[in-house]
Amino acid sequence: MGDYVVLAISCIFVNNILLAQFLGNCPFLGTSKKMETATGMAMAVVFVLVMAGMITWITDNYLLKPLNIEFLRTVSFILVIASLVQFVEMFLKKSMPALYAGLGIFLPLITTNCAVMGVCLININEEYTFVQAIVASLAYAIGFGLALVLFAGIRERVNVARVPQPLQDTSIGLVTAGMIALSFFAFKGMV
Amino acid sequence: MAQSMVKEFTKGLWAEIPPFRLVLGLCPVLAVTKSVENGIGMGIATTFVLVCSNFLVSLLRNIIPTKVRIACFIVIIATFVTVVELLMQAYTYPLFLKLGIFIPLIVVNCIVLGRAEAFAFKNAPHLAIADGLGMGIGFTLSMGALGAVRECLGNGTILGNTVFGPDFQPFTFMVEAPGAFVCLGLMLCLMNLIGKK
Repeated sequence: MGDYVVLAISCIFVNNILLAQFLGNCPFLGTSKKMETATGMAMAVVFVLVMAGMITWITDNYLLKPLNIEFLRTVSFILVIASLVQFVEMFLKKSMPALYAGLGIFLPLITTNCAVMGVCLININEEYTFVQAIVASLAYAIGFGLALVLFAGIRERVNVARVPQPLQDTSIGLVTAGMIALSFFAFKGMV
Repeated sequence: MAQSMVKEFTKGLWAEIPPFRLVLGLCPVLAVTKSVENGIGMGIATTFVLVCSNFLVSLLRNIIPTKVRIACFIVIIATFVTVVELLMQAYTYPLFLKLGIFIPLIVVNCIVLGRAEAFAFKNAPHLAIADGLGMGIGFTLSMGALGAVRECLGNGTILGNTVFGPDFQPFTFMVEAPGAFVCLGLMLCLMNLIGKK
């Protein structure tokens, strides 16, 4: 049990997916202008990442490895993720319309979020067991949400401040992200 | 015909240079630009995928049904990424190890999918190749430039050659994660300053 806690902490803080591993930065900058969209994106990522982590782990260990076709990993993972997102979208629309409305446009966008594909590949590269893969996926997703919501909060504040013209928008956003990354950097060496 | 090809090619080099003008595909830009070599290697791999996928998408643009186009694009892109992955594993193994997970992740690089959707699906193959090549080279140059700044300040070297004297204290912040964000942000600011005039 202790091992899982250590794994979770390392995935949330030390190896934070956005700020230490640089995965999923497009939605990080794209959806962080408002708190509402940031929380929507964070929720959608948690939801999809855990499911994608499980399914790609099963695909890799029970389909690709026994058949010795690991070179098809990239193609098969992206197909699994794309169809999973589509499926989740249809399922939510039918059975949980409230949640579907909340996640809205962010669900289809997740297909090209490299955080999802990245975590699936990390799970395989690190040779995690099934349970470890689930814990890691969940923890990475929480780390993503945490960083995104923190960033959105700061960005809302920066928007009303006077920023020099050439630095506006994305530019100051990146510098702000650098400052947050610096604070997360302090967690290094904790685990 | 030649003129329009030149036009599509050059727009990727300055007017719409990724990732500065088109803020897409930031993950590899931030992650692999610790050194010039990594940056350019990643840029070339992306260029290859971009040109090939643009060409194929453009050739098939009248066959692919509009409704399932995204899925088709992804399969085409994933195929070429697998090709690059295997080629790099065979011929540039040390670089392959350094870039690691970011090579398979070219599949989800928004620039590649973005160009397929925004350009190749609507234009003839020769224009699509010019567009892919221009964007790819622009991307490679940006990564090389960012890599040069970070390697120079963070390590005191460029392409492994020492730039400053032996007394230089490396500014390690630059090659670490936070430095990547700050450095890209400041370069974007510089581009805005120059572009405004």
